[in-house]
Amino acid sequence: MTNATETKKAKRQKPAKANLAKEAKSQANKDLSDEQLVGFYREMVRIRRFEERSLRAYQQGKIAGFLHLYIGQESIAVGCISLMQENDHVITAYRDHGHALAVGMSMDECMAELFGKATGCSKGKGGSMHYFDPARNYWGGHGIVAGQTPLGAGLAYGLKYQGKKGCALCFLGDGAINQGAFHESLNLASLWDLPVVYIIENNGYSMGTSQERSSVHPEIGLAARADGYNMNWAKINGESLFDIREGVKNAMDLARNECKPSLLEIHTYRYQGHSIADANHKKYRTKEEIDDYRKNHDPITLYRDFILKSKLLDEDQVKQIDQDAKAEAEKSAQFAEESPFPEEGDIVKDVYWEEDNPDQKVSEGRIFFND
Amino acid sequence: MPEITYRQALKDAMIDELKRDENVVIIGEEVAQYNGAYKVTEGLLKEFGPKRIVDAPISEAGFIGMGIGASMLGIRPVMELMFWSFAYVAWDQIINNAASVRYMSGGQINVPIVIRGPANGGTGVGATHSHTPENFIANTPGLKVVCPASPYDAKGLLKTAIRDNDPVYVMESTIMYNDVGEVPDDDYLVPLGKADIKREGTDLSLIAHGPSVLVCLEAAEILKSEHDIDAEVVDLRSIRPLDEETIVNSVKKTNRAVLVEENKPFCGVDAQIAYLIQNQAFDYLDAPVQRVSAIDAPAIYSPPLEKIQLPKADVVVKKALEIC
Repeated sequence: MTNATETKKAKRQKPAKANLAKEAKSQANKDLSDEQLVGFYREMVRIRRFEERSLRAYQQGKIAGFLHLYIGQESIAVGCISLMQENDHVITAYRDHGHALAVGMSMDECMAELFGKATGCSKGKGGSMHYFDPARNYWGGHGIVAGQTPLGAGLAYGLKYQGKKGCALCFLGDGAINQGAFHESLNLASLWDLPVVYIIENNGYSMGTSQERSSVHPEIGLAARADGYNMNWAKINGESLFDIREGVKNAMDLARNECKPSLLEIHTYRYQGHSIADANHKKYRTKEEIDDYRKNHDPITLYRDFILKSKLLDEDQVKQIDQDAKAEAEKSAQFAEESPFPEEGDIVKDVYWEEDNPDQKVSEGRIFFND
Repeated sequence: MPEITYRQALKDAMIDELKRDENVVIIGEEVAQYNGAYKVTEGLLKEFGPKRIVDAPISEAGFIGMGIGASMLGIRPVMELMFWSFAYVAWDQIINNAASVRYMSGGQINVPIVIRGPANGGTGVGATHSHTPENFIANTPGLKVVCPASPYDAKGLLKTAIRDNDPVYVMESTIMYNDVGEVPDDDYLVPLGKADIKREGTDLSLIAHGPSVLVCLEAAEILKSEHDIDAEVVDLRSIRPLDEETIVNSVKKTNRAVLVEENKPFCGVDAQIAYLIQNQAFDYLDAPVQRVSAIDAPAIYSPPLEKIQLPKADVVVKKALEIC
């Protein structure tokens, strides 16, 4: 008899070290212009500086609730979203700041949302976990683990129903893969050939529980679960923006051209806690592990080295991008600080479409029950 | 006026809306090839084809969440739950996502989804299949919920629900699917938030929704024939939005009220109605407001006991006589 808890479980495996100079020549990347290549760097740096500034604001008591930082994972949002076309859509979970900035939302509206201000992207009604910008095909920002995964299938269903050639990118964390809604979504996506690309941003920990303590999977990794749904899958090294673009482009093409879903697993790491309320390495991981990722696998550092080696930019220009991002983040904090809070009357707005459009209201009776 | 069943009325509503708007799609378990677990969608697959009428696997969280996502892009899914009791495995989608996406996006999104299906006890299927969650739904800002109790209302309310730009949840009753009533052929709508006086009366208001409306109509006949009490029966039809005016006006006229529902008593819909009446018609009341709800326990299987557990005309009569 083997005690189940003693059975050897497959562990998260670190991918082979990225080689950006080589990966930049792959199919999805070889035609990128210098401007685009520099643009990716700028986007990643903007996300990091924005979040570092938001962390300070949180520590100053300007931001309430949770703040799930994306620091360490920026290559994923920037790489994936750089591949989006007109009819592509994106939806994610609560670690959503990076995706928001990557689709083009402004630092001002994002920071103001964290501060709970009326000028925030959701008028201060959503907070950190609930950024939205449907005009940029960005459908949130969802707070319940895996709760967005059926919605992602729905975006793909809607595209297919309307006969549009596009796909939905649905991001989730590695903690979401054990939720029932996720498995139901995979089955539906494969059963109905929905053009959705599920992207597991595997940072190794579902809150404080490591992958090996939460998820059984074949030695090769989490995404292999897709085999059970007869679905295309792949594993991608998240420290290389180029690897991300290559792998995700293949999946997006499959979705757009053949209406086939995919499940991708991108290996990544977050340096901060699950949220800022999380005690971090003192409880569930070692300082050495965090330092190793920071020093040797940071996607921005690796990309900066590539940019410098390729002579796309020199040291001064790289520094300038960094300083510009810091200044933009600082300005956004100032904007957020100076913006007004929503008014009391705003609490009952944006609840029902019909109440917000009184000229088209057809319902009668009482809809709010405040005395 | 033609007489059709409650079931046919629901189907006619869907047919009208499928024809009117190409974005309307019917999705649910057994709705297409099987022709509907309760035959509400019978024949729709043949008439509209598999793009519009879609059989879903048994994955309520998955397919309802999918419908919510699609509705954000302008699709108008009408999702059938074989029983509203099955909503509980999809609660995060039904309550959290459908109700909150508009709010959390600061009004940038709306979710024009309909979820419909039976929500009633009395059919010998035990506790897991006999839930009446209209009170849970009504407790959630962002959602609307209606409980039609006649074929006329079933068609008119479902059509309105499908055209509504907010999530509207329609709670039907398997017990009423075969009930027959007059339903016009024309394109009429019943507005949400409008109650209906199903029987005029002067001595007492019986206020109900869903299958309890029929219980009240039966009780009203007994009160009239055996006790010479003329009861008015108010059918709420819509729980949220709620037609407070009709309720209050009826009580102001009759000065007495018995509230009847299949919900369990604690925090049921009628707890809110009772509050409303004392708040807005206090000086008109000649007696305390009375309630008849399901007996406060999980739905019992044993058929004779299940009948006792649910609101019955004789219990409504007894409560009425206590205050008349």
